[in-house]
Amino acid sequence: MPWTSPMVEKYRRQYGSGLDAQTYLGQNYLAVNRSLIPDILRLLRDEEQFDYCVDITAVHYPKREKQFDVVWILYSFPRNERVRVKTQIADGASIPSSVSIWPTANWLEREVYDMFGITFDGHPDLKRILLPDGWKGHPLRKDYGILQQDKEWVQINLGIESGQ
Amino acid sequence: MSAYKNDQTNDASNRALSSLDRSNLDLKTPDKTYLDSNELIINMGPQHPATHGVLRVILKLDGEKVLGTECVIGYLHRGVEKIAENRTYTMFAPYVDRMDYCAAVSNGLGYCEAVEKLMNVEAPPRAQYIRVILTELQRIASHQLWLGTHALDIGAMTPLFYTFRDREEILKIFEKYCGARLTTHAFRIGGCQYETYAGFEKDVKNFLTFFAPKIDEYEALLTTNRIWLERTKNVGVISGADCIALGVTGPVLRASGVKWDLRKAQPYAAYSKFDFEIPTGENGDTYDRYLVRMQEMRQSMRIVEQAVDAIPEGPIMGKVPKVIKPPVGEIYHSIEAPKGELGYFIVSDGSTQPYRLRVRPPSFVNLQALDLMVRGLLVADVIAVIGTIDIVLGEVDR
Repeated sequence: MPWTSPMVEKYRRQYGSGLDAQTYLGQNYLAVNRSLIPDILRLLRDEEQFDYCVDITAVHYPKREKQFDVVWILYSFPRNERVRVKTQIADGASIPSSVSIWPTANWLEREVYDMFGITFDGHPDLKRILLPDGWKGHPLRKDYGILQQDKEWVQINLGIESGQ
Repeated sequence: MSAYKNDQTNDASNRALSSLDRSNLDLKTPDKTYLDSNELIINMGPQHPATHGVLRVILKLDGEKVLGTECVIGYLHRGVEKIAENRTYTMFAPYVDRMDYCAAVSNGLGYCEAVEKLMNVEAPPRAQYIRVILTELQRIASHQLWLGTHALDIGAMTPLFYTFRDREEILKIFEKYCGARLTTHAFRIGGCQYETYAGFEKDVKNFLTFFAPKIDEYEALLTTNRIWLERTKNVGVISGADCIALGVTGPVLRASGVKWDLRKAQPYAAYSKFDFEIPTGENGDTYDRYLVRMQEMRQSMRIVEQAVDAIPEGPIMGKVPKVIKPPVGEIYHSIEAPKGELGYFIVSDGSTQPYRLRVRPPSFVNLQALDLMVRGLLVADVIAVIGTIDIVLGEVDR
């Protein structure tokens, strides 16, 4: 269902077809072009008071041409309102980091990198966070099996045949 | 074997050094050195009794003074989100209990409500009330566990025995209700797993009368205790603005003066029906966070008291199909867990298994503020600050 509000109208005038506003089950989200990403997030914080970045995550659709959805979940304390921003990027493409907008994005982006292999340009210290540094593969991709592991890493570092 | 071990230690310390040299720690202009001590890099954890699990903190020290920290996490990573994609919605429900295992009931509530929202069904009123009662009891239990271990870290041993003694009474109620004490799996998608047992209301009321003087007892031990004050006042100060920028939620945010609680801001379950207050602090230090949590326990008791007298009659399960198959779509739903905002982001492709399930863990995000809170403090204060953030590593690492 399309989402209409003064804020959406304003951005639609500004960005035209690069932005699609929808609402589902009472929750609003903006699907935007990858090229608008740092601008629209900054505007949402500076002009629309979305001062709290709740979460950053991604979804993998291996059959699509642009394989990944990157999702920002934002909340505004003054407005008591949530919004989700989504964008599609291709495998291997990078996306501008939002650490300079919300410092909390630091670890959240590191987790997305760790789990999906999406790189964030301008992140101060982009490295794995939950898995060990030398690990190969990004487990939340759909082509990574649930029993799959980096056997080499396990054998070298843990001295056992398999972690399963 | 021994050669291999040496290699590993060297490797680990090298990695510690190289990662600390990175610019994000902003260590180019260290604070003025005193006592002619050299900068020292040490590991705290992963095996350390005061890190509340397997948390490793690399500390850069000047004598006793902390110049910077870096958290190394993931030792308890089990891939909960990956497991979710390979289980049905119903099969995954017990897994969420294992994230924040000190507050399993709250995790279950968040998950069940998120799936219910995605399917556009609602739990019946009776189930909502039972959910509120159990979740608030769990909040008290979680805060008790926090208080006992936090006080123990700082050097007060007595509160540990007091809080564990009283937490037992809550766990007994859980055990009688659903057979489990910690990983309860108390709720089902669409309602509650079990009807209340005969005498449930009486047990809960007995607990309330039993527990009211116990909080006073904890406060008598600590609130005006001089050692406690010295160890917690002005330790780990964080401002409300910094909390918001770092995404910190829960008691830590409230102790910094931001009056925000999801139970009031965006009420879920039956919370809009109850009368309670959001306690806040002023200074955002460890002592205020202690006071806020003590007040929260009292407020939770108020909610339970109102709820237990008004449990409506009726079914405990809503109209939910036997096979849970939410329509295509996505949902984000979050609740106020004892540690902060616990959110679930679920993407459904119309099948019986979630296409993607993301958990927004409060402990993980709150832990990020540790570095800001401990800079310039002493090593002993790091222990106090880790305790006061109230992390559970099962949830940080998932």
